[in-house]
Amino acid sequence: MNKKKGKSISYAKWGYVFIFPFFLVFAVFQLYPLITTIYYSFFEYFRSGLTFIGPKYIGLTNYIELFKADLPKYMGNTMIMWIAGFIPQIVISLILAAWFTDTRLKIKGKQFFKVVIYMPNLIMASAFAMLIFALFSDGGPINGILMNLGIIRHGQPIRFLASVVGTRSLVALMNFMMWFGNTTIMLMAAVMGIDPALFEAAELDGCNHKQIFFRITLPLIRPLLIYTLITSMIGGLQMFDVPQILTNGKGSPNRTSTTMIMYLNNHLFSKNYGMAGAVSVFLFILCAIFCIIVYYSFNSETDESITGKRKKHKKGARK
Amino acid sequence: MKKRMRMLASLALAGAMVLSMTACSGSSKSQDANATDSGTKKEDVKEGKVLNIWCWNDEFQSRFNDYYPEVKEVAEDKSTTTLNDGTTVKWTINPNENNNYQDKLDTALQAQATASDDEKIDIFLIEADYALKYVDANANVAEPLSDLGITDDDLADQYQYTKDIVTDANGAQRGTSWQATPGLFAYRRSIAKDVLGTDDPEKVQEKLKDWDSFNKVAAEASKKGYKMLSGYDDSYRTFSNNVSAKWVDGTTVKVDPNLMTWVEQTKDFTDKGYNNKTSLWDDSWNADQGAEGKVFGFFYSTWGINFTLVDNAGKDGFGDWAVCEGPQPYFWGGTWICAAQGNDNPKTIKDVMLKLTCDKDIEQKITKDLQDYTNTVSGMQEIANDPKFGSKFLGGQNHISLFSEVAPQIDMSKTSPYDQGCNEAFQNAFKDYFDGNTDIDTSKKNFETAIMEKYPELTAVEWP
Repeated sequence: MNKKKGKSISYAKWGYVFIFPFFLVFAVFQLYPLITTIYYSFFEYFRSGLTFIGPKYIGLTNYIELFKADLPKYMGNTMIMWIAGFIPQIVISLILAAWFTDTRLKIKGKQFFKVVIYMPNLIMASAFAMLIFALFSDGGPINGILMNLGIIRHGQPIRFLASVVGTRSLVALMNFMMWFGNTTIMLMAAVMGIDPALFEAAELDGCNHKQIFFRITLPLIRPLLIYTLITSMIGGLQMFDVPQILTNGKGSPNRTSTTMIMYLNNHLFSKNYGMAGAVSVFLFILCAIFCIIVYYSFNSETDESITGKRKKHKKGARK
Repeated sequence: MKKRMRMLASLALAGAMVLSMTACSGSSKSQDANATDSGTKKEDVKEGKVLNIWCWNDEFQSRFNDYYPEVKEVAEDKSTTTLNDGTTVKWTINPNENNNYQDKLDTALQAQATASDDEKIDIFLIEADYALKYVDANANVAEPLSDLGITDDDLADQYQYTKDIVTDANGAQRGTSWQATPGLFAYRRSIAKDVLGTDDPEKVQEKLKDWDSFNKVAAEASKKGYKMLSGYDDSYRTFSNNVSAKWVDGTTVKVDPNLMTWVEQTKDFTDKGYNNKTSLWDDSWNADQGAEGKVFGFFYSTWGINFTLVDNAGKDGFGDWAVCEGPQPYFWGGTWICAAQGNDNPKTIKDVMLKLTCDKDIEQKITKDLQDYTNTVSGMQEIANDPKFGSKFLGGQNHISLFSEVAPQIDMSKTSPYDQGCNEAFQNAFKDYFDGNTDIDTSKKNFETAIMEKYPELTAVEWP
């Protein structure tokens, strides 16, 4: 009797021992910085020259300044660049996923294409941004090609990085190119998870491609679409490396490609821990809200798809 | 379950990261140890085995490797240099832009007290734009030269302004430079001939003697399909170094009227197509100095000619350049060598400073080899008066005599510790205005935002 008890206790102990490293790493590298970040966001605390000023408690001043200043603008910049990248990303991914999974199309070399479209994601974002920066610079190859083709005049290059639309489009383009492969593969997995009998039944009923896609595929992969949307949004909120490298940290022109993390980086770079903390806390809250949304959308996954189907049926019946 | 998996995965990743980090630092440490062990130490036990030098480009590194007499060998990747007494010189190079070098240096200097002997910074380099921050008596991060045993006599032949700027409020000099940096206007001989009918430096100077004449020549050059300047920031230093007050007074940024003149002139040049819309150091700017360039000239100080222009001009541009004083005397940049407080190689540092900044023979050799303008008044005077001396790159012109006329006029009393951040933020903010992306008020506001991000202690900006 006693023996048994002892054994079970020791098992539990080993369980704790095995998970201990995680909690240690988490506490040192995440929990502690998180708490100090929140703590210092209420303080005036920065480096001036070689001396530190503060920390001095100033309540919510940092937050008030944050919203009085340009934070809404940077939030807007971030959202615009994210949406401009996300819309083509989800559209192209959906089309590709539908094509690759369609048994009737019989595309050859699927595996090859999957590798190719995933490729841009393997390049470091900073290296990719450097590449685009060089390609689209005033004296770069893109302008050279356009000049040689006679599309633009010699000596009058298109100054992509000096215009708001140009810079934002390039950021969006890079985000699109880096992530559409990943999304395609995820959506393909979702589509392949649908019961093939449904497709067969639809075909027997005389559905065309369009109808199958919009009436069967799309509703059934909705949970994954939501997941993609939310993760992409969180990734978008944290957009940093691409615009940072592309604009050389300036967020130019007219600060229209300054994202929230770049703004955070500006403060952090000048060792202004108070303001940087306030920006971080704001971002943390924002991301947390999105995480909660994704959590609940996952938990109600099964119910949702069933109710979703029922609604569809009702609609169909009404028509 | 999924969540658990993700947690486990992140644990594994974090663990891997930590491991690899410690592994990296471990291996680099053992490399250091190997490097120092292989050198022969002996004689002086007190001197550290590693001389850590911090700088932002390879200018000083190459001067050191080429002209410091004690250099024994240079590592293949140039990351270290071994001296005759076995000391290993370890180079730490961080790019300058956007206060990057300053921030990294600040962090390292704050850790100086707790760093191990071989990690301590021994020498760091500073630039005119932020020299004052590091030679400040209260900050006390740079060791006074007198503490190292360098006397006023050793420094007697240097230009006074190079000593003044690195002297703290108590009169202690805390750095020393091998160069003086008067600025000139470097122009392309072939274009000058085409536009002005002459490439003779004196006649060209006559045509460019003030800003009105300069603008006239710009109009003529433009008619012939040339650009007067490459980019927006080219003429910046001629304005920013002729200001009437310091950038920052207390916690208020005061924008000098002269800088607004620069804004006006540059906008005018841009609208009329007199410049190529580049920015300093970018690819197109470099290309404008190359063989294909159609740009009349560049404002350059001494280091710019031997360090930047020669490289950019390439073989085809050799001999096609000349210099003249330009419309307004100015200076640009300059690098000072400082001994970090708490260093463990005082003797080596003293020797480096004496050899590279006070030794007339070495300095004259640098000037003759590289056309750099070195910090020896008498030595430069001799070269200026030497009829045989001429730069092949500048078509045989003795540019040293021009520099030696400008050098005594340099006045660095208007520099402040905030100069780098202010200058960069100002150029960035108004680039949008020149590009037509903003109106002037928006650019002003962007400058205010940027400067307060960079220096949280600043509270207000005053416009002229």
